[in-house]
Amino acid sequence: MNPIRKFDLTAIAGCALLFAVLQGLMFGGLIGPFWELNIILICINIILSVSLNLINGYTGQFSIGHAGFMAVGAYTSAIITVKLGLPYELALIVGTVAAGILGFLIGLPTLRLNGDYLAIATLGLGEIIRICILNIDYVGGASGLMGIPRLTTFAYVFWIMIFVIFFIKNFKNSAPGRCCLAIRENEIAADTMGINTTKYKVMAFTLGASFAGTAGALFSHYFFLAHPASFTFMRSFDILTMVVLGGLGSMTGAITGAVLLTFISAYLSDYPEWRMIIYSITLIVLMLRRPQGLFGSVELSREMFRLGGKKDGRAAEGK
Amino acid sequence: MKRGTKLLSLLTAGMLFAALSTGCGGSDSGASDKTVKVGGLLEMTGGSASFGISSKNGIDLAFKDINAKGGVLGGKQLALVVADTKSEASEATNGMQKLISQDKVVAVIGPNQSSAVIAASAINNGAKVPGITPMGTNPDITVNPADGKTRAYNFRACFIDPFQGTVMASFAYDDLAVRKAAVLIDNTSDYSKGLAKFFTENFTKKGGSVVVEEAFLQKDTDFKSTLTKIKVANPDFIYIPGYYQEVGLIIKQARELGIDVPIAGGDGWDSAKLPEIAGKAALNDTYFSSLYSSDDASDINKKFVEEYQKAYNSKPDVFAALAYDSALLVAKAIEDAKSAEPAKIAEAMSKISGFKGVSGDVVFDEQHNPIKSAVIIEYVDGVQTFKTKVNP
Amino acid sequence: MDTLLHQFFQQLINGISLGSIYALIALGYTMIYGIIKLINFAHGDIYMLGAYFGFFATTQLGLSFIPAIILSMACAALVGIIIERIAYKPMRNAPRIAILITAIGVSFFLEYGMILLVSPQPRTFPAVFTPTVYNFGPLVANSQQIVILVSAIILMAVLTYIVNKTKAGKAMRAVSFDADAARLMGINIDRVISMTFALGSALAAAGGVLVGVYYNSIDPLMGMMPGLKAFVAAVLGGIGIIPGAMIGGIILGVVEAMVSGFISSTFRDAAAFGILILILLYKPAGLLGKNVREKV
Repeated sequence: MNPIRKFDLTAIAGCALLFAVLQGLMFGGLIGPFWELNIILICINIILSVSLNLINGYTGQFSIGHAGFMAVGAYTSAIITVKLGLPYELALIVGTVAAGILGFLIGLPTLRLNGDYLAIATLGLGEIIRICILNIDYVGGASGLMGIPRLTTFAYVFWIMIFVIFFIKNFKNSAPGRCCLAIRENEIAADTMGINTTKYKVMAFTLGASFAGTAGALFSHYFFLAHPASFTFMRSFDILTMVVLGGLGSMTGAITGAVLLTFISAYLSDYPEWRMIIYSITLIVLMLRRPQGLFGSVELSREMFRLGGKKDGRAAEGK
Repeated sequence: MKRGTKLLSLLTAGMLFAALSTGCGGSDSGASDKTVKVGGLLEMTGGSASFGISSKNGIDLAFKDINAKGGVLGGKQLALVVADTKSEASEATNGMQKLISQDKVVAVIGPNQSSAVIAASAINNGAKVPGITPMGTNPDITVNPADGKTRAYNFRACFIDPFQGTVMASFAYDDLAVRKAAVLIDNTSDYSKGLAKFFTENFTKKGGSVVVEEAFLQKDTDFKSTLTKIKVANPDFIYIPGYYQEVGLIIKQARELGIDVPIAGGDGWDSAKLPEIAGKAALNDTYFSSLYSSDDASDINKKFVEEYQKAYNSKPDVFAALAYDSALLVAKAIEDAKSAEPAKIAEAMSKISGFKGVSGDVVFDEQHNPIKSAVIIEYVDGVQTFKTKVNP
Repeated sequence: MDTLLHQFFQQLINGISLGSIYALIALGYTMIYGIIKLINFAHGDIYMLGAYFGFFATTQLGLSFIPAIILSMACAALVGIIIERIAYKPMRNAPRIAILITAIGVSFFLEYGMILLVSPQPRTFPAVFTPTVYNFGPLVANSQQIVILVSAIILMAVLTYIVNKTKAGKAMRAVSFDADAARLMGINIDRVISMTFALGSALAAAGGVLVGVYYNSIDPLMGMMPGLKAFVAAVLGGIGIIPGAMIGGIILGVVEAMVSGFISSTFRDAAAFGILILILLYKPAGLLGKNVREKV
């Protein structure tokens, strides 16, 4: 068996153990409903940040419209279960595919842009998606789509999260993934090397968007509703912050960022007046101290590089 | 890749366990010997922060009064635990879960946004903890649309949308004798959409017509384009069920554009800020339906307005007033139930009688909506003037 | 047909007046981006701060309009310099995305700091000058709209003059062109960037006061959307190009007014962003920009 496969299997076994422990604690009542909710929220946020990391971190395309794709997933999946009465599994798939298709359609023209221009374009597209939803009465418009059953369970979220993490990890190590990394390093050089840059950029963007759709579907089926106000550019910023905080281009970083920020947010809920102020100061200080993010700094990534075996690409360094 | 992957799963595990260890400790019961904890699930940040902060002020004031008079249940103090909805429905669910399972509150006041109340209602109904919303006007808050049953643990202190919309339609058609209405809706608010829907329904039923329907978004500041469009349609009445921040600007800009027809709206208008934003002259010939007016002459209201002004240096708006009433309702329900057990409080709440709040007397009907009469208030030179009272 | 034409011209007036507000904010935005290539997300919040400085200057200090606006500009310039020193200066060599996150952090800090300080309730500006309404047949405009438009044009002209004709402006352009080379030529980069921020923030503050007076209502989150729209305007006109901000702002305002007037106001923001994306796709450097290709 090829070594990567073998390690994947051990890691999956570890995840299964973690799952069993957590699920046991939840059944046993040691994790109350509030922390169960937050653990589920963390899993959803991990899916979001890891998928955004694929676009922003690995492929180097600056996207801040992730909330829009999440909204698409949330709404289409809710239509499947609430309006059409079809099973939840189908809803998850349709939500994922719908967001992916939209990601493809949006990515094709916009990914010609780069840097700040792409950022502002994706931000605008995210808002356009939200405004369109706001104007569709079929899905409730401003009131949101209500009466969604809570079908998302910890098991669903956890295993989908694991799937997404491993999918993206393996994608990064695949031939297309390496093309993406090459594009991040230098697009023109990659182009000259014969890499079809548009194809791989769109591929990464589509994949990232579809996983955001999955996260959206899980989200709406946990919080009972899909509401346009849940998918503003503030949420896109939140996801982006998770990725950058953890270290752009680092998978562990994206995961840590998601866990950390969800916790900070949960803890600060006791001080609502101060929450955003503390949050913003944390953000500024962290960026000042570690502009490459917690894991993305040169030393730590070299460390991880050595630990992680020679085949692994380098984690993001500041450009 | 070995270490990397391990590191990854270890990290996740570590983080989750860290969460666990902190999550389990430190949650004490809501009704200790000395205090009774009541949750305030409010819009403390985000786009609608002004609603939540007004409401919190109202609740704080009510609890201070009650505690000064010896608290509830023979000497227990009421303590407010605030959770933030961030003006967003999914966060409201999160906050409701926290208040109930972490802070173990016995009742929850808030949120004000209908969609947030509906999203969170699944949690507090599941946990059998009563929730009362100061300003959530959507009928679905207290009645589950799926089965038509009343949600046992949801109450509201305000009107439902159909009532206000209907009242204003009658007033416009009968008293103002207008026939061609324009409706301008806040497209981000289900409150506004609800009022507009029932206004349109009843106004056309009576024989009037809605000649143009336009929409805006919360936090918009420039309405001249939309108003120009309305002006071209030439209505003789404009209905703007929105909140005072935007409504003030709309009225100001409408008058500047030379639209001089009567303008009317709902209780979202009620704020001392409205005359300041719109300008006194512009506000002439404008009306709104409300269950509360800060100029109401009742003793309890006079005292409330005075204390509020002393504490916060501004006149209370409708959010503060109804949150104040909600807090008093919770306190009375606790007294009536003679217990701080959530289920008993809910039971007592549904049977409440003889309650006098700043917004009038409250009795709940079988759908947990308060039975109150509405007043139509007219602005005369920037002063709220009682116009007429409409009974349900 | 006549009414349609009237409506069109009225919407044009509405659009230009809205657009001149975007332009006012976009001027500072575009200048800061032009010199140090930073999307200063906090710019919209400086505009908000400016409105509050103006508000307190008129209500607490009892100043009249012109002194209030000058005081507000001065205070905002100071805040701009402080923000740059604390939050952006240490980040000068950090990855672009980290700086962007910092800017978002600063923006949140200003918004929610102000909510804590002055409460989220909107405040109303005292009537420092009463608008005169002009009627041109069926068309309506008022003096405040004209003041805003004229101020935007004057500020644009002043800014263009400063950047293109003065020594300080030359230094700014040099820093923008090549910071290292500029340093070698003896330009104090820190001072130039501080000055850029001071100037940009002062402009935003001027916009804030004017808009506060015009709409008569200010609140701590008032800068969010206009900030974003102003950025769109800046990109539309060609980011970093000062007259571009003006043109971009006006175009954006007119488009929004036309969409509100002839389609539906709920699609107004979607149209604004849609136009942005179209422009970016077909003329990525903006209307007045020149395309520059990266060389290997």
